[in-house]
Amino acid sequence: MTTTYTISIYSENNVGLLNRISAIFLKRHINIESLATSPSEITDVFRFVIVVNVTEPQVQKLVQQIEKQVDVIKAYYHTDEETIFQETALYKVKTNFLFEERQIQNFIKQSHANIVTVSPEFFVIEKTGFRHETEQLREQLAPFGLLQFVRSGRLSVSKAPMGISKILNSFTENNQ
Amino acid sequence: MHISGAEAVIRCLLAEGVDLIYGYPGGAIMPVYDELYKFQDDLHHVLTRHEQGATHAAQGYARTSGKVGVAIATSGPGATNLITGIADAQIDSTPMVCITGQVGSHLLGSDAFQETDIIGISTPVTKWNYQVTQAKEIPEILARAFYIARSGRPGPVLVDITKDAQFGMLDFEYKPCVGIRSYKPVPALDQSQVVAAAEAINKAKKPLIVWGQGVILGNAEAEFKAFVEKSGIPAVWTILGLSALETSHPLNKGMVGMHGNYAPNLLTQECDVLIAVGMRFDDRVTGRLDAYAAQAEVVHLEIDPAEIDKNVHADYPVLSDCKQSLAALIELVVPKKLDSWLARFDELYAKEYEVVIEKDTKPTKEGLTMGEVIVAVNKAADSDAVIVTDVGQHQMIACRYAEFIRSKSNVTSGGLGTMGFALPAAIGAKMGAPDRQVVAVIGDGGYQMTIQELGTIFQTGVAVKILVLNNEYLGMVRQWQQLFFDRRYASTEMTNPDFVTIAKGYHIPAQKVTERKDLPSAIQEMINAEGPYFLEVAVEKEDNVFPMIPTGASLNEIRLQ
Repeated sequence: MTTTYTISIYSENNVGLLNRISAIFLKRHINIESLATSPSEITDVFRFVIVVNVTEPQVQKLVQQIEKQVDVIKAYYHTDEETIFQETALYKVKTNFLFEERQIQNFIKQSHANIVTVSPEFFVIEKTGFRHETEQLREQLAPFGLLQFVRSGRLSVSKAPMGISKILNSFTENNQ
Repeated sequence: MHISGAEAVIRCLLAEGVDLIYGYPGGAIMPVYDELYKFQDDLHHVLTRHEQGATHAAQGYARTSGKVGVAIATSGPGATNLITGIADAQIDSTPMVCITGQVGSHLLGSDAFQETDIIGISTPVTKWNYQVTQAKEIPEILARAFYIARSGRPGPVLVDITKDAQFGMLDFEYKPCVGIRSYKPVPALDQSQVVAAAEAINKAKKPLIVWGQGVILGNAEAEFKAFVEKSGIPAVWTILGLSALETSHPLNKGMVGMHGNYAPNLLTQECDVLIAVGMRFDDRVTGRLDAYAAQAEVVHLEIDPAEIDKNVHADYPVLSDCKQSLAALIELVVPKKLDSWLARFDELYAKEYEVVIEKDTKPTKEGLTMGEVIVAVNKAADSDAVIVTDVGQHQMIACRYAEFIRSKSNVTSGGLGTMGFALPAAIGAKMGAPDRQVVAVIGDGGYQMTIQELGTIFQTGVAVKILVLNNEYLGMVRQWQQLFFDRRYASTEMTNPDFVTIAKGYHIPAQKVTERKDLPSAIQEMINAEGPYFLEVAVEKEDNVFPMIPTGASLNEIRLQ
């Protein structure tokens, strides 16, 4: 049975590492549902958050192969219950609707979305939340003609500690 | 020392103890070749006739010497021609460093002449790769490359160096790499895993050891032999584990896998504890996975955590290099008396001998068999000779019947099954073990895939004995066509050239044997030759390799005929 798993990777920030990691999925014919990369809580350590829909043996093997890569410090996988996760979406709408269609203001209020910017031609709404929340707002705004819509990959932190500093410290101690 | 990046490349190689590299020059790597010219007394370069040959030669060198093989090539086609050898080294865990030239960094992405994204292309088949765009990066990156290639589970590394980085200047200082914070080559041995494994082994009534190349890569031959002898447990090998324990050892019970021996395969399905040592449960070893040793508890001694539970679930994983884990296990295992279990191996061997081995090795029919040729090599060659094989029927037959007394004596392409491997690999194997005889056993198909390396053999004079077993077919594919495709021999029949004339064209002494009576003396002449020698043996055209486990079948379904 397949489940949604969030794979978290701590790595060096090297050119080509994204390619190396995505090749592990490609080799096994597994689709990446979403991917986000950013710095982590540790200086010079990079973080990947990858969402996949696979079985548990599959995600175990994926994580083993990812962790095997020389530039990867540590990789984990978690179920949705084990993480706090959010996605961010941006919606670009024609400005005149903001004033002419009262409903839009209600949608924004009800969904706790923010207006990021307003110009004479367009305004941009930002909404952070679960997939179904950003999706609901998209459906609500769609009839008014969305000029653009974009949603980020999943951002996720685990409930349990990751212990990366400990791994890095033990390396430093062993090599002194 | 203020030197160019190109000179730094050479000085890094020398600092890593490299005295021999294989390669092929071209535009984007010319600055390095120019430095090679200046350093030719210290660093010997072997010009192969194709970049693929350079990688296989580097692999052969690594496999017999235990050192890191080095291959060097230019950008574009030079670099892409390395890929087959890199993929082969990756799947067979062979330590290799490949250095490629690249177009100038200002041209990257412009589709410049001979530009190719070799980092992207090589990523899935390298342990690590890196593109150098500045001269000052060279010492640190090459130090890392060698460290990564040889440490832990070895593998191929590719370093791509732009032409401007080769021309650029740097203040050179070489510091060998001693560690990388994101990389843990050898997991620390966990004594509780050793204790649990030992308990499982000690209570076993019908234990079986399956060993792989990990024993050789971990320099653990002595520990392995001590473990086998103390425990008294029968041991069987994968194709890459071959030669780690001498053939004649009473507890060496033969090969597992698709064309392995009868007893090792059938008794895998009867053992109660399977002790896997430095092997990775390839599908050619396991057959149908869900039926593989389903009755047994599995102990898995392994250096690479990604191999644990990858194909076969390990009830008792022991992570570490097997030199350490075997040493720890030896302390805890109790000697066993396994007479009736060992008798099962002898019983099944007798059956295999009667149906297969006798006909292979002492044929009474007219045509020559591959098996009798290998037996003749066993008789004529030094007992510690290195046997290099290509891929196909001759490979299976050679691995089944060649006799070894010394480790690092079997060089073959196992995981990737690369036809064309043997001829260039034999060049490297001989240079990596110059005091030993090297016999390359090759089929007529694979031989023609890298036949141009005869030029390398001629130019270097390297004393490789080339033994082509010619059945005028792509024999293994033909065998499958016969057994599974109703004898539709689609594109497997070969109309071959006069191989003897070709060898002579390269000034390599050559001979062809078509009759049994001439075989022993011809093999002897080949072995006695000072330098390289070519011997073609015309073997029976439609012989098959047995035993055989059809693809996807369980080991129980092994066929003797």
